[in-house]
Amino acid sequence: MSLAQDETWFDDDAGRLVRPYTVSNGRTKPSFHLDLLSIVAATGQIRQAQLSLDHAQALGLCHHPVSVVEVSAHLRLPVTVTKVLLSDLVDCGALTAHSPDPAADPTNRNLLEALLDGLQRRL
Amino acid sequence: MAYSDGSEPFPTAIKLVIAGGFGVGKTTFVGSVSEIGPLSTEEILTSASIGADDLDGLGDKSTTTVAMDFGRITLEPRLVLYLFGAPGQERFWFMWDELSAGALGAVVMADTRRLEDSFSAVDYFERHDIGFVVAVNEFDGSYRYEPDEVRGALDLKPHIPVVLCDARQRRSATGVLVGLVQYLLSTIQSHP
Repeated sequence: MSLAQDETWFDDDAGRLVRPYTVSNGRTKPSFHLDLLSIVAATGQIRQAQLSLDHAQALGLCHHPVSVVEVSAHLRLPVTVTKVLLSDLVDCGALTAHSPDPAADPTNRNLLEALLDGLQRRL
Repeated sequence: MAYSDGSEPFPTAIKLVIAGGFGVGKTTFVGSVSEIGPLSTEEILTSASIGADDLDGLGDKSTTTVAMDFGRITLEPRLVLYLFGAPGQERFWFMWDELSAGALGAVVMADTRRLEDSFSAVDYFERHDIGFVVAVNEFDGSYRYEPDEVRGALDLKPHIPVVLCDARQRRSATGVLVGLVQYLLSTIQSHP
């Protein structure tokens, strides 16, 4: 992320030169449960310029629906800290979040068959 | 299906876990089949998570982190598969709980030179009733065992598939995933 590297204290070897929880203002828990595979997407109602740098960077990754764990990887922030930032963005109306589909379980035959078809096409 | 602002559907995200001992080839496997990365992120290992383990010389425990690799395969525009490499050591089981929650199934990778490194993953998925297959990663120069020998050494139940693979090859690794999903389908067919 060139944006992240240009605008934060970032070292290629050391990573962020700020302790992770500084970004989340010391908070270790998001305001509601987010899964690794919760999908978040920008609502378009809040602009990046209205937000702190870290929140703006997170929002900038969410123009299309994206998983929490991918946002974490691109921000180079631990999952826990990323969840705090994303929950802030949901709370202020900048993002919507969807929990993983509860029907996506190992007894769902249609889902498993779609998965099998998709994988076999890649063989 | 819900929409963020009425324009773009949210995909269904599904998850498989790739587990096994340190250095068995989990990251290689994920990288072979993934359309991205593989990407890596990290979770913070708090002192509460560490339990009885002693992390000598690591100082401030609140900033100790453990990395996890993951990859993604877009199967259909609205069906996205994520593959998570689970850190092998037992002291990271707190992460296995999060990685395994909602997982459709798992691949336990095994290296025949160090089969014992796969015991804890087999044990974990059996206890949590998560369907899995064992994939023997055939490293160059490693002695080739027959799948039944591996089954015996890992004390696997007879219905659990054991397959051979080369984690570096996309087709081979994808074939392991196909075998896993076929196995998962067979388990719901026999237990309607």
